[in-house]
Amino acid sequence: MVENQKNIPFAFRHFTPEALRRALRKMHLIRLFEEGAEESYMRGLIHGTMHLSIGQEASAVASCMELTDADKITSTHRGHGHCIAKGADVGRMFAEFFGKETGYCHGRGGSMHIADVKTGNLGANGIVGGGLPIAVGAALTARRLGRDDVTVCFFGDGANNEGAFHEALNMAAIWKLPVIFVCENNRYGMSTPATYATAVKNIADRAVAYAMPGITVDGNDFSAVAEAMHTAVARARAGEGPSLIESLTYRWRGHSKSDRNRYRSKDEIEDWMSRDPIMRFRTDLIAHGVLDAAGAEAIEAEAKAAVAAGIDFARESPSPAITDVTKFVHAEAAA
Amino acid sequence: MNAQTLFPEVQQREMSFAEAIRDAMAIALERDPTVILMGEDIGVYGGAFQVTGDLIERFGADRVIDTPISELGGAGVAVGAALTGLKPIFEFQFSDFAALAMEQIVNQAAKLRYMLGGEAAVPVVFRMPSGSGTGAAAQHSQSFEAWFGHVPGLKVVQPSTPADAKGLLLAALEDPDPVIIFEHKLLYKMKGPVPLGHYTTPIGKAAVVREGSAVTIVASAIMVHRALEAAAELAKEGIEAEVIDLRSVRPIDRATIIASVRKTGKLVCVYEGVRTLGVGAEISALIAESEAFDYLDAPIQRLGGAEAPIPYNPDLERAAVPQTPDILSVVRRLVRGEV
Ligand SMILES: Cc1ncc(C[n+]2csc(CCOP(=O)(O)OP(=O)(O)O)c2C)c(N)n1
Ligand SMILES: [Mg+2]
Repeated sequence: MVENQKNIPFAFRHFTPEALRRALRKMHLIRLFEEGAEESYMRGLIHGTMHLSIGQEASAVASCMELTDADKITSTHRGHGHCIAKGADVGRMFAEFFGKETGYCHGRGGSMHIADVKTGNLGANGIVGGGLPIAVGAALTARRLGRDDVTVCFFGDGANNEGAFHEALNMAAIWKLPVIFVCENNRYGMSTPATYATAVKNIADRAVAYAMPGITVDGNDFSAVAEAMHTAVARARAGEGPSLIESLTYRWRGHSKSDRNRYRSKDEIEDWMSRDPIMRFRTDLIAHGVLDAAGAEAIEAEAKAAVAAGIDFARESPSPAITDVTKFVHAEAAA
Repeated sequence: MNAQTLFPEVQQREMSFAEAIRDAMAIALERDPTVILMGEDIGVYGGAFQVTGDLIERFGADRVIDTPISELGGAGVAVGAALTGLKPIFEFQFSDFAALAMEQIVNQAAKLRYMLGGEAAVPVVFRMPSGSGTGAAAQHSQSFEAWFGHVPGLKVVQPSTPADAKGLLLAALEDPDPVIIFEHKLLYKMKGPVPLGHYTTPIGKAAVVREGSAVTIVASAIMVHRALEAAAELAKEGIEAEVIDLRSVRPIDRATIIASVRKTGKLVCVYEGVRTLGVGAEISALIAESEAFDYLDAPIQRLGGAEAPIPYNPDLERAAVPQTPDILSVVRRLVRGEV
C-alpha cells in the first residue's frame, strides 16, 4: 500500500495489482467479444439480432469485482459484458451465439438469454425489466437460506419506467434484501432519450421513493463504479438492505443491428468514443504502476487469442439435434 | 386475396405489408382528428419494424406519441383515452410484450363495455408484430392469437396480405370495440397490390384464396403463403386443395369453413401458435359440431407450433413451426387415406 492514500482512487487502494490486471483483461475480452460477434454476424455466421455493449465495459467489470460464484447477477438484452464480468467462458458464449449444443443454453437461447446458473449468472433477458423482480427473489433465497450472498441486478435507463422496476425496488426495500440495483444509464432506451422518458433528472433519485441509498456515478470510471459497488455490497451483506446505483455510460453501437442512429448525432457518438473507458482504465493502471505499456499490450493480445479460440470452438461445435425441439421444456423424467 | 378482384374499379398500388399498414394509419390520421398513435420508438426511430416510418414528420409528436418502455401503463393509457373519446392505435414492439399488458387488455379493455352494462366503449386498436423466423428466440417470437381469441370482448385478426393489413386496420378503427391485430414479422417486407384511399376489410370474414375440391386447408398469417405454395405443388400431383385464409380468429368465420369442408370432406388446419389448445382446436371443433361433420371422410389434421418455446438455433426454429413440406406431407397422406 502506498502513502498518502487520499489522493489515490479507490480501486488502486482496494484491489491487488493482480485483480486490477484481471479486470483489464475482462474489459478487453468484452470489447473483443462484441467485435467478434459483430463480425460473425456480418459474415452471416449468426442470425437474429444482437445488442452490443461496446463503450460500457468499465461499468460491467467494476460492478462484478467483489462478487464470488455464490453471488448472483441478473442481466439484460445487452448482457454480454455482464456475463464476461461474472466470469463466463467466451467459447461457450460464442457457441450459444452460433446456436450450438456446447453453448451456455445448448443453442436454445442465443444472445439474449446467455446464462450460467452454476456460477451465479441467472441470465440475460429479452424482456426489458424482466430481471428486476427475479433479482429480488434471488436475494430472498439468500436471506431464507441464511447465506450472505448478494444479487446484482443490471438494467438500463429504459427499464426504470417499467412497473417491474418499481415493484421490485419496493419489495427489496421493505424486506431489506441483499440486492444491488445497477442501472446502466447509457442515455437511450433504443431511440428514446432517458431525459424524455423519465420524470426525474437522475434515475438514482428514484431510490428516495423506496427508502434506499441512491447514487449516480461516472460509469466509464472503473474506480468510481467499484467504490459505489463496494459500499452497496457491504451494506447488502451486512443485512442492511438494497441500494440503487446509476452508472452513466454510453453505447457506441446502435441499439441493435437494425438501428440507423437517427435519434443522435455523429458528434455525440464520436465525443463519447474519444473517451474510451478501456483506454482510460489502462492509462490509470499504468499511471499507478500496476503495469507498463508492454504489459497492457500483452493482456490485450491474450484476450484477442481467447476470443479467436472461442470463435473456433463455436464454429466447430455440433448443433443440437432437430428432434430435440421439445427437450428442456420440462424436467426430463428420470431414466 | 387479390385486391383487384375485390375492388375492380379501385386504383391500386404495389406496397409492402408494412407500407400498407402505414398507409392505413396515415389515412386514419388524416380523416379523423381523434386518432392517435402510441408506442415505443414509433417516432423518429420509425418503429422497431419501421411500420410507423415517417408518420411523426407528417403528423407531429402530439399524434405520434413515443411512450416510455411501459407496456402495462401505455396500453392502459390507450384504453383510458379510447374510453373517453380518442381512437388510439397502440403498437407493441413485439406481441410478446403484450404479456406485460394483459391486465389492461384482458381485464379492462375487453370487459368495460360489458361490466358497465353497455354504457361504455373502448375503441382501441392494438398492433402486435408476431411470430417466429427471425432468430429472436423465445421471448420475441410467440404467436398469441389463441390467448387473446379466448377473451370475449376482444376481436382478433391476422392479415396475410398487404391489402388486408390495410383494410383490417381501417376496419378495426371503425369498430366500436377493442381489436387486436397480429402482424407477422416475416410478412412486413412482402409486397402486394393495395387499393388506394380508404376501404375496410370486414372483421370476422375468412377468404377463400384458392379453390379446390380435394381438401380444405385453413391457414392464417404466414401459413397462408406456405399453404398456397403447398397447394401449387399438390396441383401438379393432381390434388386440388382449397385454401382458406382465416384472417379473423375472433369472431371466426364458421360459414366459410363449413361450406368448404362440406365440399372437400377433408380438413387441415395450419397455424403457427402452439398446436395444443390453439386456433386449430376451435376450427376442428366447429366442424365436429356442425353439419359438415357428416361430410368428413378422413380425420381432421392440425399442423401447429411445437409444444415448446421458440428456440434460437435456426434449424430448431424452423422445425418448431409448420413449413411447406409439412403441409405437403400431411395432405398427401390424407388424400391417400393414410391417416
Ligand atoms: C418489455 C419490453 N419492452 C420493449 C422491449 C424492446 N426493447 C428491447 S431493448 C429496449 C430498450 C431498452 O433500453 P434500456 O433499458 O435503456 O437498455 P439499453 O438497450 O440502453 O441497454 C427496448 C425498447 C423489450 N425487449 N421488452
Ligand atoms: Mg439505455
